[in-house]
Amino acid sequence: MAFRAAVITFPGSNCDRDMASALAAVSGSPAIRVWHGDADLPDNLDLIALPGGFSYGDYLRSGAMAATSPIMRAVVAASSRGVPVLGVCNGFQVLTEAQLLPGALLRNAGQRFLCRTVALTVENTTSPFTAGYRAGETIRIPVAHHDGNYYADAETLDMLEGEGRVAFRYNEAVNGSARDIAGVLSANGRVLGMMPHPERAIEPAAVAALGGSDGRRLFESILASFATA
Amino acid sequence: MQVRVLVRLKPGVLDPQGRAVHHALEGLGFEGVADVRVGRLIELDVADGTDHATLTQMCEKLLANTVIESFTIESAQ
Repeated sequence: MAFRAAVITFPGSNCDRDMASALAAVSGSPAIRVWHGDADLPDNLDLIALPGGFSYGDYLRSGAMAATSPIMRAVVAASSRGVPVLGVCNGFQVLTEAQLLPGALLRNAGQRFLCRTVALTVENTTSPFTAGYRAGETIRIPVAHHDGNYYADAETLDMLEGEGRVAFRYNEAVNGSARDIAGVLSANGRVLGMMPHPERAIEPAAVAALGGSDGRRLFESILASFATA
Repeated sequence: MQVRVLVRLKPGVLDPQGRAVHHALEGLGFEGVADVRVGRLIELDVADGTDHATLTQMCEKLLANTVIESFTIESAQ
């Protein structure tokens, strides 16, 4: 059976093609493109991906308007059935606004838009997204964001750390994120939100200048969990 | 009915925008500014008699993100 991934496009998404391209490259099956105004998702999905970008021009708050779009009701319903959901950058912001993940993403502490490749530590290797990494491994993935400063109250942060739900941590202070958190998982590990862009780091080492290949294993992990499911 | 909703970052939540504005005020030579916090004012024109509970729901579901923001609802008449 072919791997069925859906990539949601909101008005202002700009990494949806990259995401679809990465999924197709790793899985060998084309990703299904879904428009934000659709009320329903395709059936039998193995993954839903919310891409980066500036949905609705970041009006009100990053991700706030997209979280109210018709397709997000379907995404929340699919997530409650256990369909894995990956949100990257703006997709992470949408997932917090839709309350599929705790916390919020504030303006970068340094106030500047950040666009560079950063080093991350893999903290969790038990989720469908991270099983292909080694615990404590350092990987390099590009970031490109203005609102990537992860915030949650101390109690929530303690809970996330206690439950192993911090997926990735920045190796240095990048954007002011609480406890240098770069990616978080839902309680069941089947929703991942992360600011860095794994879909921009899937090329073979020969073209590593384009962002490296450390993101590729994230998609390979999802595929492996699909193959064994 | 005119209603104003004031949305602010909660105390303790870092406000980089407020900090930048603070620095800019100091750069312009204004002294004695201890702190600056930037919030958002949303003006709503709603049906007469819209109750407070409905307005509160609008704030909680969309206008404010209560993880990081607090809100106050003011009747502007």
